[in-house]
Amino acid sequence: MSYDSQADLGGRLEYGPVVLEDEDKLFHAPWEREALALTLAMGATGAWNIDMSRSARETLPDYASLTYYEIWIRALEKLLIQHHLVEPDEIEAARVLHPAGRVSRILRAAEVPAALAKGSPTQRSPAAPARFAQGEPVRTRAGEVAHHTRLPGYARGKTGRIERVHGTHVFADTNAQGIGEQPQWLYTVVFTGRELWGTDAPSKLSVSIDAWEPYLEPAP
Amino acid sequence: MELRVRSLQTILTEKGYIDPAALDVLIDTYETKIGPRNGARVVARAWADPSFRKWLLQDATAAIASLGFTGRQSEQMVAVENTDSLHNLVVCTLCSCYPWAVLGLPPTWYKSAPYRARAVRDPRSVLREFGVTLQESTEIRVWDSTAEVRYLVVPMRPAGTGTWSEEQLATLVTRDSMIGTGLPRAPGTSL
Repeated sequence: MSYDSQADLGGRLEYGPVVLEDEDKLFHAPWEREALALTLAMGATGAWNIDMSRSARETLPDYASLTYYEIWIRALEKLLIQHHLVEPDEIEAARVLHPAGRVSRILRAAEVPAALAKGSPTQRSPAAPARFAQGEPVRTRAGEVAHHTRLPGYARGKTGRIERVHGTHVFADTNAQGIGEQPQWLYTVVFTGRELWGTDAPSKLSVSIDAWEPYLEPAP
Repeated sequence: MELRVRSLQTILTEKGYIDPAALDVLIDTYETKIGPRNGARVVARAWADPSFRKWLLQDATAAIASLGFTGRQSEQMVAVENTDSLHNLVVCTLCSCYPWAVLGLPPTWYKSAPYRARAVRDPRSVLREFGVTLQESTEIRVWDSTAEVRYLVVPMRPAGTGTWSEEQLATLVTRDSMIGTGLPRAPGTSL
């Protein structure tokens, strides 16, 4: 089974200038506000987790042609259908046609400030000591995987150095597949520009990613 | 999209999955309560108080929480400091990860393909589009937010602000200066 993420953009060359906007410009249409709120409110039901949301977004075949909040809405519809909370014919008909499913929690207005202030921390107690220490050279996994992952293409099969050790965190790769949090040690790994981009890399550049331990091997 | 989103909202409300009043609170929170002024207070405190600066660089999550900013998309924070020889820049090449509790919702350009593609490969040309030209000798460090750690850039305190209060200093801290795509305002520039 292959897994095709449309969202892995780091280092791609076909894009033009960045389009700037004023600091107070948050939304471009009223429905974008609602798209944000619906996505957060449905996320709070616990029917799926944030890694499943990211996976639903990045695998939309027309990701590249959609605006940001269009991506959110299309992924929200996809997740609702996958979890049998809404059926495809209901999206089509724009009204309720089937009995409601069950969600474990409904976010009430009065609970919003506390829920946002608490967030969803991903740090967990370590089950084993960290494999790597600060300063150690490591090599990232080279191959593709057939599921959601957070190791960007540009940083695969590259040699870097452990810069920070962040504790053990929910592992996005397994959490996105619904096979558990399986917490893993998380590290900031820093690479030179030359390691990532070769001899025509800009000088005086270094780039870091945050990488879970299964992405890493000791550098040869 | 307007109709599509409205009918989705109706379906989710009628099925009892969401409280429509909660939607209004969520929108109001990110439109009026949580935004880059939070981060500006953190940076201004770090500029004004050396012990807070030290705490922020060692344990940003705790130092930022002491000012009341915690939670969603900022559960684990790291603060990185610009110096004369080092400039930090934050990106999320895989999606749009951003420290909501201190900067609010990300700007559209932060979520856009050009920024995500180019920030890790050619940051100097990206910075020039933001009007920032760094010395050739300045090292650039790009932080790609690929997990749940969120990064806040602490820009350099502008010269000529020696006697300024924390509140005054906060007015110089722009959102972009805390992402690394901008520099703080110089004293005397209009807001």
